[in-house]
Amino acid sequence: MLEIRNLHVKIEDKKILDGLTLTVNDGEVAAIMGPNGSGKSTLSYVIAGKEDYEVLDGEILLDGENVLEMDPDARAAAGLFLAFQYPLEIPGVATMSFLKAAMGAQRKARGEEELAVGEFLKRVRGAADKLGIPQDMLKRGLNVGFSGGEKKRMEILQMALLEPRFCILDETDSGLDIDALKVVSDGVNALRDGKRSFLVITHYQRLLNYIVPDSVHVMAHGKVVKSGGKELALELEANGYADYKTLAA
Amino acid sequence: MPAVHETVEQVRAIDVDQYKYGFVTDVEMDLAPKGLNEDIVRMISAKKGEPSWMTDWRLDAFRRWQTMREPQWARVDYPPIDFNEIHYYAAPKKNNAPKSLDEVDPAILDAYKKLGIPLREQEMLAGVQNSRVAVDAVFDSVSVVTTFKEELSKAGVIFCSMSEALREHPELVRKYLGTVVPVTDNYYATLNCAVFTDGSFVYIPKGVRCPMELSTYFRINEKNTGQFERTLIIAEEGSYVSYLEGCTAPQRDENQLHAAVVELVALDDAEIKYSTVQNWYPGDAEGKGGIYNFVTKRGDCRGRNSKISWTQVETGSSITWKYPSCILRGDGSRGEFYSIAVSNGRQQVDSGTKMIHLGKNTTSRIIAKGISAGRSNSTYRGLVSAHRKATNARNFTNCDSLLIGNKCGAHTVPYIESKNASAVFEHEATTSKISEDQLFYCMQRGLSAEEATALIVNGFVKDVLQQLPMEFAVEAQKLISISLEGSVG
Ligand SMILES: Nc1ncnc2c1ncn2[C@@H]1O[C@H](COP(=O)(O)OP(=O)(O)OP(=O)(O)O)[C@@H](O)[C@H]1O
Ligand SMILES: [Mg+2]
Repeated sequence: MLEIRNLHVKIEDKKILDGLTLTVNDGEVAAIMGPNGSGKSTLSYVIAGKEDYEVLDGEILLDGENVLEMDPDARAAAGLFLAFQYPLEIPGVATMSFLKAAMGAQRKARGEEELAVGEFLKRVRGAADKLGIPQDMLKRGLNVGFSGGEKKRMEILQMALLEPRFCILDETDSGLDIDALKVVSDGVNALRDGKRSFLVITHYQRLLNYIVPDSVHVMAHGKVVKSGGKELALELEANGYADYKTLAA
Repeated sequence: MPAVHETVEQVRAIDVDQYKYGFVTDVEMDLAPKGLNEDIVRMISAKKGEPSWMTDWRLDAFRRWQTMREPQWARVDYPPIDFNEIHYYAAPKKNNAPKSLDEVDPAILDAYKKLGIPLREQEMLAGVQNSRVAVDAVFDSVSVVTTFKEELSKAGVIFCSMSEALREHPELVRKYLGTVVPVTDNYYATLNCAVFTDGSFVYIPKGVRCPMELSTYFRINEKNTGQFERTLIIAEEGSYVSYLEGCTAPQRDENQLHAAVVELVALDDAEIKYSTVQNWYPGDAEGKGGIYNFVTKRGDCRGRNSKISWTQVETGSSITWKYPSCILRGDGSRGEFYSIAVSNGRQQVDSGTKMIHLGKNTTSRIIAKGISAGRSNSTYRGLVSAHRKATNARNFTNCDSLLIGNKCGAHTVPYIESKNASAVFEHEATTSKISEDQLFYCMQRGLSAEEATALIVNGFVKDVLQQLPMEFAVEAQKLISISLEGSVG
């Protein structure tokens, strides 16, 4: 369970999160929607531990443990995963080597034994096939020259392999064609096992037809201004954010 | 935030303790008085029992050196060196021409053991058969032991210290010494001619493929000494040799000068592969102490279709000034230069290569990777030239810099000269930086900042590491990550 309580965050003297409170239960898929610049990506970075942000107040608890005191790699080992809105390119590091290093590091941090090479390759190939990622892409530098959609698939591949407890997807649907949207959604749905939780950030109700959320939250001006069931997304699609913008101000 | 805090701690901790080879060995030394004059030059020559032509050669070099000036063009900065504050000869007292390892001072053997350099053939044989390496161990001014000499001599290969070569094979030394790097080549090379004390000599006869890797391990131990070694490798027609040198020094607050000269000669169809893993003491985080590594290395592809390849992994020294070069004299000859230069703390590196195309159909390839961290500065300086007769000369140069942090610098200074219209020279250069965002991305996947940096750096240097002999590639990789420890942030 992830609990965010009264979170206040600023960056370079600009207040971005302003008393945000949100709880995501085990097995829950929570969707976050909200206008551009409302602080959705900021929230995901702060949960994952990006350095630039200053947390002024509030707490973030993962299964009761305060993650704000942990380094990003420790948070990852604790089971937090962020599928980036803009995945980074790592030139010179073959995707396969990166996957091996990341899986190795997390297993080590959890006191698990390293996977045998055969088992590792089997898992990677299996997961890549499901996501329609060709094998030779795994030999290329991570994300280097990948198309927007390919980068998003690669994020989901990593998510599938790292088996996190809590997954944040920041606009994973942006830039995906219709077929890819389906493939990626299937990938996410396959990971829904009743325990793993998801925080799905999106601008489009369409994604939520594939990944059906248990709850929908509207974010504006750095806080959650309305929560509801999946029908809230349909309502937003019809009416836009106009009401909520004034509500938060 | 915790990550920032830890990084700050790590950067504070970066200091001498990063350098694992900084210990001092206590041995009784035979030291020349400080300072440099003709008597010192004569004394060095006499200590080594050199023939008189060699003494004269040294004296001539010394007289020329006195008329020369230190080069100023490199992008490095250091206070003037007082050449009279240096001991030009330092040898362990007990090491008077030992006939076997049992006669070598145990303290010295112990030092090499600590450095992980096996000097006992039995110990090496206990390892995997095909990864044997013959070692010449140079301690301050003298060679203390050379291993596997007998086995090598069965193949006709001569591998010994320079002093021994001057005694046992003077005619060979005389024929080749100073023919690749002329006595007056540059200030430090000329100084080396006058005062060099030891180094390695290798001779591979016609048609012989040297049966094992050869390597020299240089260790500076005594303080206030300079190390001036001299290496000469001759590969006769159709022969092959792979040679590796490694170097370390204790941590000391004062700077120490290392001015070596290496000459390689490859005759028709011969190939020399020369690898260096340079790890002299780099100084502390504030730039105090460390070795000045002012080195002249040059290979002469004298014969047709000969090949010389330089591979270097440079992580040490406070200042590096070195340009291993190839003179492509024989038609169809080939020169290669693969380099990884890592700088951290306050290290300064000005390094690169020269490929001089003289013969027809000569080719060269340069792959240089510079990694700068901390407050270090690194310059790649390279010359590719084609002379009038160098029809169809080809060069490919790729020169990449990777920056870690915001306080270091990387510079690329390529010089290209072509006097033959058919020459084709290609040059590629890139500069990149490990960004905070990349590090965060990797950490989000579970890697520590150090692991992430190592992963990215390894990706950056892998083309060059592949060129090193297998036995050393792994060591070199470790060395690179140790050198970069504490560089993140
Ligand atoms: N480094 C920074 N310096 C100043 N302002 C910043 C910085 N990073 C983000 N912001 C601002 O914080 C606000 C929230 O940005 P954020 O990326 O979290 O929005 P978002 O809700 O994810 O928007 P979108 O829907 O466009 O992805 C924006 O106004 C943005 O300009
Ligand atoms: Mg965003």
